[in-house]
Amino acid sequence: MSAFSAIGEEREIDSNEFTPGIEPQATWCPGCGDFGVLKALKQAMPDVGRTPDEVLMVTGIGCSGKLSSYFESYGFHTLHGRSLPIARAAKLANPGLEVIAAGGDGDGYGIGGNHFMHTARENHDMTYIVFNNEIFGLTKGQTSPTSPKGHKSKTQPSGSAKDPVRPLSLALASGASYIARTAAVNPNQAKEIIKEAIEHDGFAHIDFLTQCPTWNKDARQYVPYVDIQDSDDYDFDTHDRREAADMMFEAENALHEGQVLTGRFYVDDERPSYQQEKQATGEMPEEPLAERYFDEDYQWERVADSLLDRHK
Amino acid sequence: MTKDLVWRIAGGSGDGIDSTSQNFAKALMRAGLHVFTHRHYPSRIRGGHTYVEVRASADPVNSRGNGYNFLLALGDSFARNPKENAIYGNEEIKPLTENLNELNEGGIIVYDEGLVDISEVPNFEERVEENNWHVYPMDLRSLAREHGREVMRNTAGVGVTAALLDIELEYIEDLMRSAMRGDVLEANLAILQEAYDIVSEEEFTHDLRVPTGDHDEDQLLISASACIAYAALDEGCRFISGYPMTPWTEVFTIMSQNLPKFGGISEQVEDEIAAAALAIGASHAGVKAMSGSSGGGFALMGEPLGLAEMTETPVVLIEAMRAGPSTGMPTKPEQSDLESILYSSQGDSNRIVFAPGNAAEAYDQTRQAFRIAYDYQIPSIIVIDQKISGEMVNVDESFFDREPNPSLGTVLSEEEIAEAAHHESGKFKRFLHDTENGVSPRTIPGQKGGRFLAAGNEHSEEGHISEDPVNRIKQMARRAQKLEAIRDDLDSQDGSHQTTFGPEDAEYGIITWGSQQGAVMDAVSELNDAGHSVKGLGVSDLMPFPKKDLAAFLESVDKAIVVEMNATGQFRGLARKELGLYGEKMSSLLRFDGNPFIPRNIVEAFEETIVEGKDDVSNEHTKFLPEAGVTQ
Repeated sequence: MSAFSAIGEEREIDSNEFTPGIEPQATWCPGCGDFGVLKALKQAMPDVGRTPDEVLMVTGIGCSGKLSSYFESYGFHTLHGRSLPIARAAKLANPGLEVIAAGGDGDGYGIGGNHFMHTARENHDMTYIVFNNEIFGLTKGQTSPTSPKGHKSKTQPSGSAKDPVRPLSLALASGASYIARTAAVNPNQAKEIIKEAIEHDGFAHIDFLTQCPTWNKDARQYVPYVDIQDSDDYDFDTHDRREAADMMFEAENALHEGQVLTGRFYVDDERPSYQQEKQATGEMPEEPLAERYFDEDYQWERVADSLLDRHK
Repeated sequence: MTKDLVWRIAGGSGDGIDSTSQNFAKALMRAGLHVFTHRHYPSRIRGGHTYVEVRASADPVNSRGNGYNFLLALGDSFARNPKENAIYGNEEIKPLTENLNELNEGGIIVYDEGLVDISEVPNFEERVEENNWHVYPMDLRSLAREHGREVMRNTAGVGVTAALLDIELEYIEDLMRSAMRGDVLEANLAILQEAYDIVSEEEFTHDLRVPTGDHDEDQLLISASACIAYAALDEGCRFISGYPMTPWTEVFTIMSQNLPKFGGISEQVEDEIAAAALAIGASHAGVKAMSGSSGGGFALMGEPLGLAEMTETPVVLIEAMRAGPSTGMPTKPEQSDLESILYSSQGDSNRIVFAPGNAAEAYDQTRQAFRIAYDYQIPSIIVIDQKISGEMVNVDESFFDREPNPSLGTVLSEEEIAEAAHHESGKFKRFLHDTENGVSPRTIPGQKGGRFLAAGNEHSEEGHISEDPVNRIKQMARRAQKLEAIRDDLDSQDGSHQTTFGPEDAEYGIITWGSQQGAVMDAVSELNDAGHSVKGLGVSDLMPFPKKDLAAFLESVDKAIVVEMNATGQFRGLARKELGLYGEKMSSLLRFDGNPFIPRNIVEAFEETIVEGKDDVSNEHTKFLPEAGVTQ
């Protein structure tokens, strides 16, 4: 057995393997969009051919952060907004891992906004799912970065004076190389998009619309949705950055007018991942760094052998 | 002849003062001397008053000493402030006005006539006479221009110094040959020789020669920052993440420059929260990792630090302190982050904290910090400060002749995972309650059968978030138990971590921690030479606190002074909290003006408080304040 024998194992994978002995009903409300993410994710895994032992699920805090509890794999339930820096270092340490990060809109676009921008910019090879329900749920219904302007809550009783964050445009401007939006009410599309995102070699951002039936009362808030790839009304080239930007702009405007446009918005297959860039500059080893600690034949170099002469 | 040479080179930031002084220190080391450097610089890129001291002696040196005896005043080539707007008189003459107060009697002044107008220095002639200083005006700028470029006046200054001290040029020339080539080398060699020759022809009125020895090729000139980086590499650390901040940047830079050669990864990231989080992520995925910062940046790391504690992810953080609060004085040393290092992060949280007292200890304790972090799955912090991070001192090369330790500590192999305890759901019991020393075995993502959830929330044995009161108590108890095991581990090693000096049966004690240890060592020697009975203790372990070592020390003395660089006596407070007893034996000597203690400060405070009994060593703090208007 090698140190990480789970990585690269080839066998039939059943989506039930990703169900742990603990059920999400424990904390998620009935009708919560988070169930849709979990289901789509589990269903995508057999298609991407990854076993629970080779997946690292890194989550933030909030209802969305509990995805790492309800999805069976290696997991890291981190801090509010901090899933990305932890996830990307794990990927650098062991590129063989399938690293998926997840969190909510407050988590990812608010407190973790800086990390989102920089992780996208660096184009780390990983998937980032943001559960976007336009509300702070677990803290009981405060205005979030994606809540529409004028949204009233206990902390903004007269209505929010802020324009909401535009997650897709933000991801594009930051440099994400795969950007999509899907919705919990559209499980088939969600599964396809998750699969594509995982298989994409670079930073894949999914703005995942998840209804919050408890604090954002309209549980059907993302219905009806439109799949832009299936519609004749939206013809644009997902590989063209400018056309994608226009389409995102339209989709983000439309969302708050009640029109839910979902699908792939931008795909850049050409851009090398951060790992490839870093290996090209000679600042990252070709072999997974983590493997070295299990390799009994590896000769660990002492500083005395190469660094001390300059001090003489 | 003199026992101690302390050479100070002064000028503007960006004038090459640092590199010149490092090379000169190295030349003195090659001439068979022990050396120690001290840096003073402003928080700006170019210009402003900056100096470096190089102390050299035939005997080992621990601190910058008391004052200095050779000033090379190069002038500030970037000085632009009009006289009326400057805070301390004219920028151009600062190398003289700012430095003369500490120049010892009988000292030498070499100044660059090309940049410094001596007529503007207040009472210069009188002070020279009063202090019996020997003044050598030299037009270093013209000399440099004649053979090369103005910036080479440093070289001219070194040539003059060598002649005045009767040091052979070959050591300096060798260093130049290894650092430069072509026209630049030729010009510098010519300037060096000419400056040397001009001065050699003069008749000297002083004698500051230091007895030199043979070139000991095993001596290295090294800083604590380099020692920390090298210890990390020897411990198999192959990942660092950081954000630049003075003075932490020195460790970060050395690691970044060397990690790729060792097949490691360095990441400069968006902020310090991310920096610490990346190190945690890399460590979780099976790589030995470190991060670090200075005061303000470390404040941001409190959150990930707590996560590392809760998820029992090993990580090593460096805290290179500088004067605070807030942004404080970015380029000035202080030891005022102690309490934030010990207690930052929410909850009843634990971490390991070491504060090395010199460069060699920085190497030792960084290796120890990695070992403890990985063996006990707990974050370790190395505390240094602006003083110790960059000061250069010579250390024997043989000191670094150690074996690497790439062990990840308590990580299971896949064979062991198969045999280990699992939850019925299949999850590995990563946070097992019942263990011998509080340490549960660990797995790494990608290992077959080792799945667990590392949660920042309180969690069950397999990592699931849990608010069960019984589980909570067991997990808290187990994490706390590790600290006791670590204390036993540290105590069981050969010799104490704490550094003791002076006669064992001394009547009085001086206690310090971290970077002030060298000055206290020198002060203790001076006091014993003067007939007092004093011993010293440099404390390195701050958490878990070395109660036994400190109690034994305090038990053995009548009274003790705690020397530290902060305004509130943070270490003394910690010692009183930990020990309960002995509080009445400790008084404080505090300095927080941005300058480290010199041995004389400590000697004088000892004489005032202990000998003269000005303060009856009650709970009152004795605060050291420099003379008004004096900047050091």
